[in-house]
Amino acid sequence: MDNLLSLLIALIFLAGFATPLIHKLVGKKTGLLLAIVPLTLFIVLVLELLQLPPRESALLQTSVSLLPGMDFAFRIDGLSLIFGLLISGIGTLVLLYAAFYMAKYERQAHFFTYLTLFMGAMIGLVFSDNLMVLFIFWEITSVASFFLIGFDHHVDKSRQAALQALLITGFGGLCLLFAVILTGNITGTYVISELLEQSIHLGNHPQYYLILSLVILGAITKSAQFPFHFWLPGAMQAPTPVSAYLHSATMVNAGVFLLMRIYPIMGGTMPWKYGLMITGGITMFLGAFFSMGQRDFKRILAFTTISALGTMILLIGIDTTSSLKAALVFFIVHGLYKGGLFMIAGIIDKTTGTRDIYDLHGLGRQLPLTAVVTLLALVSMAGLPPMLGFLGKELIYEAKMQLPDVAWLVLPLSVGANIMMVAISITVYYELFFRRKNKAVITLKYRERELPFYFLAGPVLLAAAGLLLGISPTFLELPVGNGLFFMGTLTESIHLSLWHGFNEVLLLSIFTVLSGISVFILRAPITRFIQKMVRWFDQWHLPTLFAQLINKYLTAAAKNTNLLQHGYHRFYLLTFFLAVIALMGLQIFRITEIDLPELAASPIKIHVALLLLISAGAVIYAVFSSSRLSAILAMGVVGYGIALLYLYYGAIDLAITQFLSETVLMVLFVMVIYYLPSFAVLSSRKSRLRDGLISLGVGTFITLVVLKAKFLNLQTPISEYFAATAYTEAHGRNIVNVILVDFRALDTMGEVTVLILAAAGVYSLFRFQIKTLKKKKQNKA
Amino acid sequence: MEYIIAIFIGLLYSCGVYLVLRRSIVKVILGVFVLSNATNLIIFLSGGITRGGASFIPEGAETVDPATISDPLPQALILTAIVISLGISAYILALKYRYFDVTGTHDLDQLKNTDQR
Repeated sequence: MDNLLSLLIALIFLAGFATPLIHKLVGKKTGLLLAIVPLTLFIVLVLELLQLPPRESALLQTSVSLLPGMDFAFRIDGLSLIFGLLISGIGTLVLLYAAFYMAKYERQAHFFTYLTLFMGAMIGLVFSDNLMVLFIFWEITSVASFFLIGFDHHVDKSRQAALQALLITGFGGLCLLFAVILTGNITGTYVISELLEQSIHLGNHPQYYLILSLVILGAITKSAQFPFHFWLPGAMQAPTPVSAYLHSATMVNAGVFLLMRIYPIMGGTMPWKYGLMITGGITMFLGAFFSMGQRDFKRILAFTTISALGTMILLIGIDTTSSLKAALVFFIVHGLYKGGLFMIAGIIDKTTGTRDIYDLHGLGRQLPLTAVVTLLALVSMAGLPPMLGFLGKELIYEAKMQLPDVAWLVLPLSVGANIMMVAISITVYYELFFRRKNKAVITLKYRERELPFYFLAGPVLLAAAGLLLGISPTFLELPVGNGLFFMGTLTESIHLSLWHGFNEVLLLSIFTVLSGISVFILRAPITRFIQKMVRWFDQWHLPTLFAQLINKYLTAAAKNTNLLQHGYHRFYLLTFFLAVIALMGLQIFRITEIDLPELAASPIKIHVALLLLISAGAVIYAVFSSSRLSAILAMGVVGYGIALLYLYYGAIDLAITQFLSETVLMVLFVMVIYYLPSFAVLSSRKSRLRDGLISLGVGTFITLVVLKAKFLNLQTPISEYFAATAYTEAHGRNIVNVILVDFRALDTMGEVTVLILAAAGVYSLFRFQIKTLKKKKQNKA
Repeated sequence: MEYIIAIFIGLLYSCGVYLVLRRSIVKVILGVFVLSNATNLIIFLSGGITRGGASFIPEGAETVDPATISDPLPQALILTAIVISLGISAYILALKYRYFDVTGTHDLDQLKNTDQR
């Protein structure tokens, strides 16, 4: 059983990569076939759940490891099981749903590949027992979601939304990586189980604030919290199955998961509490508030997701047993209703061709099943009995009321957000299914009966799950209890039930519902007010601001690049030479072991000095000569001068080679030179002066380096070895030749290769020339 | 003597760098020749210059006293370098020839981008 889980996780990735192949074989049934994989995983996880001991976790070691200490080990406890069940369960339904929804799209194989890989990464993320591995899966989800959001890549908006999501979550990913590395350095391990067992808490470490802010940045960018929330409404550019999956169980919930996972290691301090409470509180309220001003069904849902995520973050920040319990339960609640609602949005979009709730009306009679399912999901969203949403909301209220010092601030925000949730739920339902408009009937592209069962299965099953769990929530006690135990907050077993007696929490709920209904009745002015607010806020339209920021960055980068990569050959060299002078200067003044005057130099020979003087004159002449031929001849003088120098100091082979190569070069140059333009002074006097100074500087430093190097013997030379063995071992009397063809024969082979390549290059360059000449002649003729 | 050779190398380097910094490509090529010659000299000098005999093992003998001959190792290295720089120089020349044929200019500043005229 245990090994099965690791294999299944691997299988998801395998299925993802094999999707193009599967698509070729089964065509449009790809989604149905792929759904088997997460379904199996779901069943396995349910079995795991039934076996789960209340106070224990299981650890699955696999033999695969990234690096020593970074194993792909999987950890099964209440937390990972809850997330894993939702991810695999909703994943199955989304794949079934997408099989019909995507039927008319092109590039389906791509789509299912991305979706399956995304699913695998998400599963890996929640089960991994190693922070580094968790980070890798985290990044895979970012990349996969980039492809999913931008799936309609011919639409500019999609591409922008995808890029924005990638940049923001990618930024968060970097923060997370940094935090993970710091944590690993401090604790000496990346293994989550070890961190939990050793009950290490980083609260007192000097780097705690840094790590915490990095982790929170990672979590709130991923979970679309204020002020990074704007990528999520943009992300609804993705095809609806993706939105359903992204919003309900995956991606944005990864941030929530991360915070719950590391809670025992860094949670519970003052900055943790206030940081999360402030971000979560603002996001919760703003999300719910702005959802009321939208027209697009998917956009409304996107804003309620933002609000729900804010609620979860806020609950984690409140940091009591009951708040963490509420956060976990609310994650389940939200996943169930949000997945269903997005799928319903897709169904309505498919059947009517629009998602604007104010254009639609009276669908109740035409889509009866959808209407019932929507009702159940919206009841859960509004937090009314008998759905699980009611339990979730009651737990949230309870947690917030118990909050010691800031309840006066958090509670009204929360009640306000919930009132808006109730109001938007009623509004959506009324506009879609009830409202009559001049007896007009919306024409449907499909009737409900024509839709395949697997297209409707998702929302129906999710709504049913919400209802069943709402009626008998005891099933959740085990995983939630286990999850809380490993967050280190639970001491006794927990009890969940729909009806918890008549108390102040219930009163608050009743107040919420009544206010929600009044907001619904007054929705016309309120919606107008919110739309006005939205327009006012659009002065700081965050997606646009973000795009501008990125554009500015790109312009600045282009400017810098142009500054460094200007395309002027000589300025590249100039930079290079200046750097050489600076570095050499630094190094020379750092080595002070040898002083030049102490040198024992060999005596000066007058005739050699004269030879060098002539060569020097020749080279200077070559530099300033205005005639090409005389410059080349002067270069020849220098080359022969150097050859004579070699000869004088006993290097006969060198001298011969130098004579030969210098001669060949002269001949070549003279051959080519008459095809080339004559010398012209192209640079200004100023730049010539500058270049002159720089070259003098380089020359001076080279002289110094040569002198320093000459008298610095770090190692014993190996020349003596060659002298001793040239004849005895290599049977040659000319030591230089023996070195070339025997001791260092490989070098010589490389040298020969260079020569052959150069010859081939020269040949082909001249051959092309002949060809073009012929062409030109033909053209003229 | 080392001082004089070192200064000579410095002078060669100065001239080479100055030539390499020119805009005219012919001068740049000349600069590359000078620099490679100068670099060979550095290696030669680093092996120690002695007015010794050629590095041969005399007829009849099995070894030779290293003090009496010039150091064979830098010679072998420079020999390789000379031959390679010959190859490179020939190639640059041919390339230059081609390049002038295609672009019609010998001014490196005109070669800022890869677009052909």
